[in-house]
Amino acid sequence: MNIAIIDYGAGNIQSLKFALNRLGYEAIVTKSATVIKNADKVIFPGVGHASSAMDKLKATKLDVLIPALKQPVLGICLGMQLMCNYSEEGNTKGLGIFDAKVKRFPNTVKVPQIGWNEITNLEGALFKNIRENEFMYLVHSYYVPLNSTTVAKATYYKLYSVAMQKDNFYGVQFHPEKSSAAGEQLLKNFLKI
Amino acid sequence: MLTKRIIPCLDIKNGRTVKGVNFLNLRDAGNPIELAEMYANNGADELVFLDITATEQKRKTLAALVKKVAEKINIPFTVGGGITSVEDVEVLLNSGADKVSINSSAVKNPNLINQLATKFGNQCIVVAIDAKKIKNEWLVHLVGGKVPTTINLFDWAKEVERRGAGEILFTSMDNDGTKNGFSNTALATLSTLVNIPIIASGGAGNTLHFIDVFTKGKADAALAASVFHFKEIEIKVLKKQLRKNNIPVRI
Repeated sequence: MNIAIIDYGAGNIQSLKFALNRLGYEAIVTKSATVIKNADKVIFPGVGHASSAMDKLKATKLDVLIPALKQPVLGICLGMQLMCNYSEEGNTKGLGIFDAKVKRFPNTVKVPQIGWNEITNLEGALFKNIRENEFMYLVHSYYVPLNSTTVAKATYYKLYSVAMQKDNFYGVQFHPEKSSAAGEQLLKNFLKI
Repeated sequence: MLTKRIIPCLDIKNGRTVKGVNFLNLRDAGNPIELAEMYANNGADELVFLDITATEQKRKTLAALVKKVAEKINIPFTVGGGITSVEDVEVLLNSGADKVSINSSAVKNPNLINQLATKFGNQCIVVAIDAKKIKNEWLVHLVGGKVPTTINLFDWAKEVERRGAGEILFTSMDNDGTKNGFSNTALATLSTLVNIPIIASGGAGNTLHFIDVFTKGKADAALAASVFHFKEIEIKVLKKQLRKNNIPVRI
């Protein structure tokens, strides 16, 4: 299986690569349009700031390539947020895959949210063999409200989306590569789609 | 619900894990990679690696060790000790660290916090603060707690938040190594003054201390070393006790 991890200079790609290695897969970290287009599975990671990440995607025309992909694509953390229409972070226009607006957590809770939160209302292939109320590791200041593509929820000041799916596009707010055995199960599930 | 985190800290000296009383009289507590794997498999929520010799000797942190750890473990970890520049952080994050912790270098050059937060995002920047109560005032200390400053702990905490720190790791020098409990009053004050997560460090001796640090101390995470390394407290047992006391934990 050819797994492409999109490299656009945003975030900790090593730990994702190591996690896939532990599961027995080799992934290619790449910015090449040809390699990404021909991969069986594409992972779109990212941490950091939405607008600078979007600028980097535009600079390499990945902003056009990603929404046109036909194989399963998994956005992680900022990757998932960039797949939405818009983010309040830096007033950023996103890739428009998920019809949702990314908002900042209010200051009534600690921002960023850092740690393990329970995920609920799990739906679809991504969550096969993962129990309701499983814990996943999250680090984020911005969140996606509940919407028609939500396939998992968590509570931080209120219920919000921690996973979304639309057609071949999947997104998770948490870091499966850092979420112990449950996170590894989710990565396995994605690779089997 | 977001859970409270239990974080074993692996103090590293010459590639080995050590932990001393009040930062002196170091004892060898084992191989860091073996320990990291053991903790990841036994309920630890995160790990912190602090190269305690680094600041004093201006030694760069252990990128090779970080890479080995990242290959093996499936929970997040933070690396600190001797980090003075954007380049230092880049090397560590590229080796697989999830977060970095800066301490003395942030006090000497506060703008480093802004630079790191801008380049890497504030979620991966932990500012560690060592402080000691002197004449009724909490003062920040440098170089592994050896050098006092005139900086007030609470003023500094607010400043590091404003500059872009994602978390504060607060060690009370008065409590560290004593096993008499965390500095809950100072922690609770910190937690209300800033709106970023607080990791409590220094003083863990028994299960009650952890219950207190999350209730009285309002901490988001609790860090300890020797009680875990020498198996005086098993994290799984500790978490069951915390849950019994209505403290949300990942089990």
